[in-house]
Amino acid sequence: MRTKKISLYGVFIALAFILSYIEMQIPAFVAIPGMKLGLTNLVVLMVLYLFDDKSAMFINIVRIIIVAILFGNAMSFAFSIVGGMLSTIMMIFLKRTKKFSTIGVSAAGGITHNIGQIITAMIVLGTKAIAWYLPVLWVTGIFSGVVIGLIGALVYDKLSVIIRQ
Amino acid sequence: MKKIINKNDLILIGVLLVGAILIAGALFMTRKQGKTVVVSVDSKEVASFPLDKDVEYEIKGYEGGRNVLVIKDGIAYMSDASCPDHLCMHMGQIKDAGQSIICLPNRVVIEIKGGKPDQEEYDTLSS
Repeated sequence: MRTKKISLYGVFIALAFILSYIEMQIPAFVAIPGMKLGLTNLVVLMVLYLFDDKSAMFINIVRIIIVAILFGNAMSFAFSIVGGMLSTIMMIFLKRTKKFSTIGVSAAGGITHNIGQIITAMIVLGTKAIAWYLPVLWVTGIFSGVVIGLIGALVYDKLSVIIRQ
Repeated sequence: MKKIINKNDLILIGVLLVGAILIAGALFMTRKQGKTVVVSVDSKEVASFPLDKDVEYEIKGYEGGRNVLVIKDGIAYMSDASCPDHLCMHMGQIKDAGQSIICLPNRVVIEIKGGKPDQEEYDTLSS
């Protein structure tokens, strides 16, 4: 079991990492910084449902560190760690209530991720002006969260059968 | 996981959407006529211009970055930027107090101020 877990962690970290990379290659189609699809959130969501809270947190932290070392800088690291941690905590919390499906969990995670990024931007840039982006990023957070949650539900059905074997 | 989405999810999404509308509404209601365009680099204010005067200004951003700010007919926008994504240029035109254009790579923030209580005295004096 232990070996299986270690190798699965490796697979999921690699997957989260490559999705981060793919997302970086997608040009911003709307001029709103921080607006993203949140592809990596799919991996975090899957790990959260397939394993447990700690695994989701662990894999997300490792992913953020690797991405920051390879492609990022201190600033991008600050943005992703704040957004990533807040959204993971939010998703863990909502999942524990057992009231929501992956869609609700992921939508709330999407929003908290964006709120985290706005807060970081406010601190880094020392201005409150960025609050203007909150409504837009809030809505895009819901939208991408729902999409990821929907994909997550479909992927989970297939994946849980394979992994639980 | 038999059902992909349940009632609670829909309620949650609904509440969140209403929240977004409320925030947008609150920001919209509290918006004020902009008066001054303030340029800051790396959290430090470097220049400010009145919004009602046409001007073109080159901003020296963080680590050699470069942005060009244009104020024309009471509207401010970024006309050129050295960063690869040119996000700030696509961020459009701003004119209301509190709105901003941000260029993260160059750490440039252009913010419109005006009508704020702490500046009222200054504004009355200057106008």
